[in-house]
Amino acid sequence: MKIIVCAKQVPDTNEIKINPETGTLMRDGVPSILNPDDANALEMALEIKDNNPDTEITVISMGPPQAKVMLEECIALGADKCILISDRAVGGSDTWATSNAIAAAVRKLDGFDLIIAGRQAIDGDTAQVGPQTAEKLDIPQVTYVKEYKFSDDMKSVEVKRALEDGYQIIDVKLPCMLTAIKELNTPRYMTVDGIMRACDPNLEIKVWGAADIEVDLDKVGLKASPTNVFRSFTPKPKGKGVYIEGDTPKEKSQNLVTGLKAKHII
Amino acid sequence: MATVNFDEYKNIWVFAEQRKGKLMNVAYELLGEGYNLSRELGDGCKVCALIVGKDIGGLAEECFAYGADKVYTIDDDLLEVYTTDGYTKVVTEAINEFKPEIVLYGATFIGRDLAPRCAARLDAGLTADCTHLNVRVKNYIDYAEKNTTLNTESLDPEDPAKNLLMTRPAFGGNLMATIVCPTTRPQMSTVRPGVMDKLEKREGATGEIVKIKCELSKDDIRTTVKEVVKAAKELVNLIDAEIIVSGGRGVKNADGFEVIRNLADCVGGVVGASRAAVDSGWIEGSHQVGQTGTTVKPKIYIACGISGAIQHQVGMQTSDIIIAINKDNDCPMMHLADYALEGDLFKVIPELIAEWN
Ligand SMILES: Cc1cc2nc3c(=O)[nH]c(=O)nc-3n(C[C@H](O)[C@H](O)[C@H](O)COP(=O)(O)OP(=O)(O)OC[C@H]3O[C@@H](n4cnc5c(N)ncnc54)[C@H](O)[C@@H]3O)c2cc1C
Ligand SMILES: Nc1ncnc2c1ncn2[C@@H]1O[C@H](COP(=O)(O)O)[C@@H](O)[C@H]1O
Repeated sequence: MKIIVCAKQVPDTNEIKINPETGTLMRDGVPSILNPDDANALEMALEIKDNNPDTEITVISMGPPQAKVMLEECIALGADKCILISDRAVGGSDTWATSNAIAAAVRKLDGFDLIIAGRQAIDGDTAQVGPQTAEKLDIPQVTYVKEYKFSDDMKSVEVKRALEDGYQIIDVKLPCMLTAIKELNTPRYMTVDGIMRACDPNLEIKVWGAADIEVDLDKVGLKASPTNVFRSFTPKPKGKGVYIEGDTPKEKSQNLVTGLKAKHII
Repeated sequence: MATVNFDEYKNIWVFAEQRKGKLMNVAYELLGEGYNLSRELGDGCKVCALIVGKDIGGLAEECFAYGADKVYTIDDDLLEVYTTDGYTKVVTEAINEFKPEIVLYGATFIGRDLAPRCAARLDAGLTADCTHLNVRVKNYIDYAEKNTTLNTESLDPEDPAKNLLMTRPAFGGNLMATIVCPTTRPQMSTVRPGVMDKLEKREGATGEIVKIKCELSKDDIRTTVKEVVKAAKELVNLIDAEIIVSGGRGVKNADGFEVIRNLADCVGGVVGASRAAVDSGWIEGSHQVGQTGTTVKPKIYIACGISGAIQHQVGMQTSDIIIAINKDNDCPMMHLADYALEGDLFKVIPELIAEWN
């Protein structure tokens, strides 16, 4: 089976701090990581490969050259091949343009049975690139996948798709696109063998530019993107609240309730 | 991209999501927001509900009662349960035929499956998970000055542009961005449930109903939905709760949530939780508030043993009154709170229960 995993390198949003003076994002020193949901997508591909050794896993990512570091991690985890779409011409792409580029890169590969993406990337949290890529490739999709079971002939897959208040059981024929959520699995750690493999000089991470994927230049990049950032800013810090005085928990509780009653909140 | 004639695009559409013949809460919220935007746009702009499903005619009345000027329905056996292929086909065809200027979807697990697929087929821009919308620059300036650090000097309150200004959190809530789609139509966004206000119900309101013919065949749908299962447990209704009492890692263990439950019972509230508490297995995921949980805005939010990480804050910061109970007076939640009570929650909550009544 041929599996493609879409993975993105993202800043660890847990570590981002706001500069209190300028109200801007301080990205310096913020570590870049493999997007958490994409780690679940890769783990699913690796599980399939564990059970079906003739599986080939190709990871596709679009981003700046330093995203290679994340792709090396994917190799160390067990991916077979990696492709990084990196070119000034694709910079600033929104989700529509990103999916055009990823779909174009997929078309350059010699076929696939399954594409797995993460549900969403933690930098933009849009959850749009997976479905949009599926549409561009004209394949069916199931998003928010938390469990899966292949048919005996491996030609279709039955998945459990999460809903807010339950789930759906959906059967879908391959080729298709699935998007992974964190409930799907627990990503494995790198092994020493894996890390050695990632250091192998023959194991190349291919870097493809816009010309390599033969994508129309009016379908990628900042200018072609239908959505534009109009303004960006930080939320206003709230004014200082009331610190509840008191020497004991009882006194503090009394003061809180008295305060709430005085303001007619309760 | 084909050039689009903007003048052909009129009205605001709301994808009024229904499941098993019941409209989702967010559909009412979007009708309320769509109503306000349509009046902001003026020129006879209408807010229209699009209802897709099987035997859904009865829902039109509900939509009129909550603000819709007009209702479009697409009714077919093949649309009884949601499928990406089926719904994308009928929704995009309806959009191509009637050309709405704006289309809003709820950012539900289904809305976030459908909307990007439609946007890709229509080659239209789509903004995810919005928490604020404007069309008049003047109103946007008012919003920004009140709630954000944006320097509005470069904006002209008299600006005649009426592009949809779609504001959403990014980078886990650390940053906000306002997105526009100046070159494509319709302008589309998914909107986070629980942030927009529904209108007061207008009993007996009516309007025009347009039944759209469904041109769907079985072969158009490439997935088979074998089962739709509702969670066995009662759904936690965080969105409608007037008071939420939330517990975090400070609650220590599953038994600790007994204390949180007692306070919730005492004040007539619903139990919420931080992701740390959920990930530790002390309480079910349906209680989680925040970026990857539910967005809430109750009258009173009581955060017990929650540090107030940005991902938690984005899900509760618009609550009317925030009360924090925490040992650490310097954690972000204590700074965010309107009332900050420093102390051990296990000692404070029993006293608070005694005082409240
Ligand atoms: C992509 C992503 C998405 C996320 N989404 C969410 C989300 O939706 N919702 C969410 O909540 N988090 C989310 N998080 C996690 C978030 O970053 C924090 O890790 C989490 O909110 C911390 O939970 P907490 O405040 O309960 O725990 P901690 O940060 O550990 O805080 C515990 C607090 O309890 C206090 N405390 C301890 N003992 C007591 C006591 N006896 N009495 C009183 N106070 C006490 C401590 O002083 C401390 O302030 C997300 C993270 C990521 C990366
Ligand atoms: N630049 C990218 N390169 C590779 N995959 C991506 C990229 N952007 C998004 N994806 C995939 O699409 C998913 C959803 O991303 P997003 O729509 O940005 O939230 C991610 O979890 C990835 O699997």
